[in-house]
Amino acid sequence: MTRLYTMDKPDERNRLDAMAQGIIGRPLDRPDGSAKTTGVAPYAAEYVLADCAEGVLVLATISRGEVVEIESAPVLGMPGVLAVIADPRMITRSAQGGAGKSPVREIHKVDYYGQPVALVVAETFEQARDAATRLRIAYRADDPAKVPLEQDDSHAAHEAYGEPVEQGNLDVAMRDAAHAVDVTYTTEGHASAAMEPHASIADWDGNTLTAHSSLQMLKYNQKELADALGIKPEQVRLISPYVGGGFGSKLGISAELTAAAVAAIELGRPVRVVMSRQQVFQCVMRRSETRQRIRLAADGEGRLNGFGHEAWVSNLPGEKFAEPVTQASEFLYRGEHRRLRIDLARIHRMTAGSVRAPGEAVGMQCLEAAMDELALASGIDPVELRLRNIPEMHPSEGLPYSSRRLAECLKVGAERFGWDGSDRRPCQRREGEWWIGTGMATACRVHNLNEAQARVTLSTDGTAVVESDMTDIGTGTYAILGQIAGEMLGLPPEKVLVQLGDTRYPPGAGSGGSWGAASTGSAVFAACESIREQLAEQLGVDEADLTLKDGTAVAGNRRIPFTELVKADLTETGHFKNGGIDEKFAIAMYGAFFVEVGVNAYTGETRVRRMTGAFGLGRALNAKTATSQCLGGMVWGIGSALTEELVFDPRDGHLVNHDVAEYHVPVNADVPALDVVLVDERDPAGSPLQAKGVGELGICGAAGAIANAIHHACGVRVRSFPITPDKLLDQLPEL
Amino acid sequence: MKPFDYQRAHGLGDAGQLLVAEGAKPIAGGTNLLDLMKLEVETPTALVDVNRLPLGGITPHGEGLHIGALVSNSACAADPRIRGQYPVLARAILAGATFQLRNKATTGGNLCQRTRCYYFYDLSQSCNKREPGTGCAAIGGFNRIHAILGASDACIATYPGDMAVALSALDATVEIHGAKGDKRMVPVRDFHRLPGDTPERDNVLEPGDVITGVVLPAPPGGTQLYRKVRDRASYAFALVSVAAVVHLEEGVIASARLAFGGLAHKPWHDPRVEALLEGQAPSDALFDEAAALLLDTARGQGSNDFKIPLTRRTLKAVLREATGGTL
Amino acid sequence: MPITINGAEHDLDVDPRTSLLDFLRTGCGLTGTKKGCDHGQCGACTVLLNGQRINSCLTLAVMHDGDSVTTIEGLGTPDAPHPLQAAFVRHDGYQCGYCTPGQICSAKAMLDEVAAGWTSFVSDDVAGAPKLSEEEIRERMSGNVCRCGAYSNIVAAIAEVAEAQA
Repeated sequence: MTRLYTMDKPDERNRLDAMAQGIIGRPLDRPDGSAKTTGVAPYAAEYVLADCAEGVLVLATISRGEVVEIESAPVLGMPGVLAVIADPRMITRSAQGGAGKSPVREIHKVDYYGQPVALVVAETFEQARDAATRLRIAYRADDPAKVPLEQDDSHAAHEAYGEPVEQGNLDVAMRDAAHAVDVTYTTEGHASAAMEPHASIADWDGNTLTAHSSLQMLKYNQKELADALGIKPEQVRLISPYVGGGFGSKLGISAELTAAAVAAIELGRPVRVVMSRQQVFQCVMRRSETRQRIRLAADGEGRLNGFGHEAWVSNLPGEKFAEPVTQASEFLYRGEHRRLRIDLARIHRMTAGSVRAPGEAVGMQCLEAAMDELALASGIDPVELRLRNIPEMHPSEGLPYSSRRLAECLKVGAERFGWDGSDRRPCQRREGEWWIGTGMATACRVHNLNEAQARVTLSTDGTAVVESDMTDIGTGTYAILGQIAGEMLGLPPEKVLVQLGDTRYPPGAGSGGSWGAASTGSAVFAACESIREQLAEQLGVDEADLTLKDGTAVAGNRRIPFTELVKADLTETGHFKNGGIDEKFAIAMYGAFFVEVGVNAYTGETRVRRMTGAFGLGRALNAKTATSQCLGGMVWGIGSALTEELVFDPRDGHLVNHDVAEYHVPVNADVPALDVVLVDERDPAGSPLQAKGVGELGICGAAGAIANAIHHACGVRVRSFPITPDKLLDQLPEL
Repeated sequence: MKPFDYQRAHGLGDAGQLLVAEGAKPIAGGTNLLDLMKLEVETPTALVDVNRLPLGGITPHGEGLHIGALVSNSACAADPRIRGQYPVLARAILAGATFQLRNKATTGGNLCQRTRCYYFYDLSQSCNKREPGTGCAAIGGFNRIHAILGASDACIATYPGDMAVALSALDATVEIHGAKGDKRMVPVRDFHRLPGDTPERDNVLEPGDVITGVVLPAPPGGTQLYRKVRDRASYAFALVSVAAVVHLEEGVIASARLAFGGLAHKPWHDPRVEALLEGQAPSDALFDEAAALLLDTARGQGSNDFKIPLTRRTLKAVLREATGGTL
Repeated sequence: MPITINGAEHDLDVDPRTSLLDFLRTGCGLTGTKKGCDHGQCGACTVLLNGQRINSCLTLAVMHDGDSVTTIEGLGTPDAPHPLQAAFVRHDGYQCGYCTPGQICSAKAMLDEVAAGWTSFVSDDVAGAPKLSEEEIRERMSGNVCRCGAYSNIVAAIAEVAEAQA
């Protein structure tokens, strides 16, 4: 049986708080923790298949043109080499999140430096890697001087992306403002750099392609792979119970999966293809670099009348995605005169796509730095400035907000941190050779929901099983789905088994856009509600009067253990749909960051000394995993503020820093003790769980707080992220 | 990685003979060589494992110490004599890489560490160091980590290590066993080369040479500092580093031994700067003069222009700290 | 001579090009040791070689006859976890889990290094006895990259085990 839940109005019933088990929200350890910490959890590349061959991708070394010839013969003569494959079923770009169909797969046409153009398969990995390195490919290359490689390139085509917001007259508002800020910020490209490189093992039995693959959203990935191979989705089975991080880079399938699949079909044996770390950098999604012009027009009290946020981003020709930089700017702050727009330049770099918190991750960090400039210009405490600009209604669409804890987050965070915003003049505190400063920023991320199904079975032995093709990419899905089912069915968590990451299970929401927990969790919730009704009916009581706890049903004065009550397994599939709730309310997660940094007076090195994040993200389904997600986001904020930057050589468009030695993600020493506060919230419009999204909020604005702290410390306002020492040096006070 | 013959050297003479062969390379820790072999930047046809040679141990040597070539970076930095009497060396080693890498990396191998130039690492880019005569893509490209001193039109790569910078300040000597059984001593300051027209040669080693150890002179005393400026708080190569051994006597700089990392194809040592400082009372004006002299031939390549002011400021910080001054 | 891995002997009859990491994962089926970058830049492949932590990706299997290797599987099991493994679970010192075995092997060796008196770059006195502050743990664990950003919890987990051992 299937129970459909359509989210078309707020769910005010708040059912989870009324349940008896008392596990929802508790900071329980993850059920997958033991397997992960002892090394027995299998990731995609780690399955043992008999007779498995090894494939290594070969990437293009031109920015645009054609493959004229692949000189396979010398390589085929090398020991162990089985095949050199360049097949029209192989994709040459990663699929965008939720595409559900194959991305571009013109294997002989080159659109960017680092694009996959062939696969070399051999008996062993060493043989395949050597052969792939030595494979000679002849190209007809377009003159790099005529290929648009950067946004500013005169050859680059530009288009408007999405629906611009033009409201009132921003120019006049700026002219008449008591305090006006008109600034341009830039951010560089980012890589997800998940710790597990993209990996797939494909096996073809003549009818079905089974793949162990590192993926975030299996129901779409199944269709993407089937479309590329020209087979039916039912002929594709994907298995991904453990995923070593995704951050958007595994939303859609990548080149290694179709390459492995084609090789397995052609060779009639399983084939494993794991991208090298360098290849992950070169041919998987990047976050676009951005240029952002922000205009803020405020009255004497700092209230915004005018608000402008215009962004310039890039992507490959043909790609539908553009970094939605202004997403939160649409509704976060007041200002009746508004201008929001995104310009998309078509350039030849690897596909731009979703990297953790697409839009807000870089949009909020620049907006919040600009807000700090307004606070300085107006002499208003930055926290107070934000409080004064929380709108009553969506400033463009007139929608009401659902639960919004921004003000509480600002106040709670300020108190936890010990914020003093009374004097924001820079260069006031020095400890030895370190300038010390503080800064803050708002956090904001839109709430997304996605269709999801999950099957719940309550068994005669008093245990339950939850099944969905949903993935756990480190987000805590195993934990929270078990807690939802346990709470609803009255079972302790150890009595609930959660099975994920296999397309044989019902299609979940997938992990992306922070929607996984609220969407797939709601499918579990719906299934459990139905099971509760069946138990209530059996006991002859109203479902609302049924108490389930510790494997026992209590109805009136009767207490019956499930082992007696459940005569045959009760199986129910919950099916959750977004019924347009987001057209009735502006729904988002909010928070506030407070940071203290030290800037070295000699060298311009910046170190984050402490950082507090206060977040209102609806109900936290597991306080421990939710806190960890926020911590992780804040670490990304540190990277975005100080070190992370994809560097492309303007002469040929190749990615210069394509490894972890030169693309600097934060290491342990870059991260101080981080303090996370989850502000208690239930958002009835967020989901029937009153939960919203967690995984991305922690990054959205964090880097802005760091930039503001740097200014407060040493008086240098850097409008170009990341803020590396070289950008501070020439403006630091003389020694 | 290209196939190679794996050979194990059982004695120094044995090693020398195996290494004379064209395409042979010694492997000790392997942390840099295997990194490059996987990319086929290095393609030895024979790999001579020298790990079982008796080149371990740190032993007294005259008034100083002899550090065996196979002493791991970790063991060297943990040795009480190094920590107590040559803290600049311990600190420099601990500034480099990670505990995992230092446990494997050896004293001899670390001296032979190759550049981190992005273009050297990328087979699809031209590089005179990797493939002589193909050109230098780093010139005119992205060269944030590249040289501002001693570069040539053929190569602007930097030597990336930390240990050798301290060894240069300490005026240590490299002990080399030649293929013919001869032993020669080369000052660390002369061990690495400037690129000139032959950037493929990082150092003065000849085919068949085996580094057997490093000799430290008598403990220099004084104030010993190693300062490393980098993009991350840890696990990153130096943008600029300074090793300093400074003696202050009666308010005057009696001696100053300085070496610099991240600036050139070799650990940079400029005797003119030391001579300028010696016999002078420490002052900001003096330090500025020293920095100006150090950098009088410095030339930026675009993305690394900032290294010039960064070096000036870092040197000032180090000299102030070494002479008891503060900001 | 064979190599000893988690107490069991294994023959080293492999392509000389095989890294110790690939030998563990493919040759021995010990996939708890992870390949994150294959170039010594991330630490996911950290194992203990004769008790010391190394990046198993940057050494050849054939170089290690007679050596003893301990991997995450040799530290503890789901039924009998090492105190560090249990502490990582309690403190949520991981998320996706891919860097985790390397983090835990690294932490094990790190505690031994501190016990042996090794200082680090952030030690005030490089010649003195190290004190395991949080700053020291952060520096000493910086060879293990965690992209999920679990660092705060990793430090808490290690600090707890270190205190219990003290």
